[in-house]
Amino acid sequence: MAVDKNMNVLIVDDYKTMLRIIRNLLKQLGFNNVDEATDGSMALQMLRVGNYGLIISDWNMEPMTGLQLLREVRADPKLKAIPFIMVTAESKSENVIAAKEAGVSNYIVKPFNAETLKTKMVTVIGDFA
Amino acid sequence: MVVKGVDRDLALRLDAIRREHGETVHVDQVAEVVRAILDTMKGDLNAGDIKLYREIESLADYIHAAKAEIAALRPGDIKNEFIATATDELDAIVGATEAATNQIMDAAERIEGLAPMMDSEVAQRLTEVTTQIFEACTFQDITGQRITKVVKMLKEIEGRVESLVRALGSEMEGPGEKAAKALVTDEDLLNGPQLPASAADQAEIDRLLASFD
Repeated sequence: MAVDKNMNVLIVDDYKTMLRIIRNLLKQLGFNNVDEATDGSMALQMLRVGNYGLIISDWNMEPMTGLQLLREVRADPKLKAIPFIMVTAESKSENVIAAKEAGVSNYIVKPFNAETLKTKMVTVIGDFA
Repeated sequence: MVVKGVDRDLALRLDAIRREHGETVHVDQVAEVVRAILDTMKGDLNAGDIKLYREIESLADYIHAAKAEIAALRPGDIKNEFIATATDELDAIVGATEAATNQIMDAAERIEGLAPMMDSEVAQRLTEVTTQIFEACTFQDITGQRITKVVKMLKEIEGRVESLVRALGSEMEGPGEKAAKALVTDEDLLNGPQLPASAADQAEIDRLLASFD
């Protein structure tokens, strides 16, 4: 099934600059419906009222981390099917394992490039080239 | 009392020695008197007690020496000046790199906005270049996180130094070496970039220069 580039994408990061970078990269990939949240709890509120096709989230945020957000999403019957990509500087294998166990769809280590983001998105939501 | 007993024994022995030998006394006889005095102390202090006392005394000397050495390091200055300055400087780095990154991204977005005015091949290449700029800007997030980590460590050190100062007393909070200095050397003038809150802008510099006219 073709990927709908008009889907809503939620990006979550406490660094405004990083939100801006991801937003720009998504725009270049053809995804223009992008919303932003600065931590897990804000993201969760938005997810519960919105209709999102993809979540791209940082890990290290306060008060709710990306991992806690992931667990909340996977525990919510209405949200659990949404693909979730973790984009983080946390690169220890224990982090990757914890994220995988919590149900992450894919994992990108910062710093990253547009090609990596695109590749991971294709893996998660399907080919949109 | 034990002390009075020792004094009486000592007086009796010294009188006996004086009667026998006059004012000149042999070293062996002095040693005998000392041994006799030590014998009278039996039951009050044994060899183990004396050893323990000496160990405690040397420990006390060691603590005094360590305290003096720590005081010479001026832990109050470390806490109040050096660590506080270091964390402020690091915070300023984060702020400055964030501002610079946003400026770079503003420029990249404006360049990207020109793409529709160009033919498709040039527009495509322009997009590739701006993508590289956006990718490069991710450095700010990474450096920001690393610096935040360092600031947390410095705060931890600051807390421990504060505990040390509290434990060792108020003499650790002496006036800083710089405050005591009367002369300003060329080296003192090398302070590097100032923090945004204390930095003078060009207008202030111009006003200051003009005040000399």
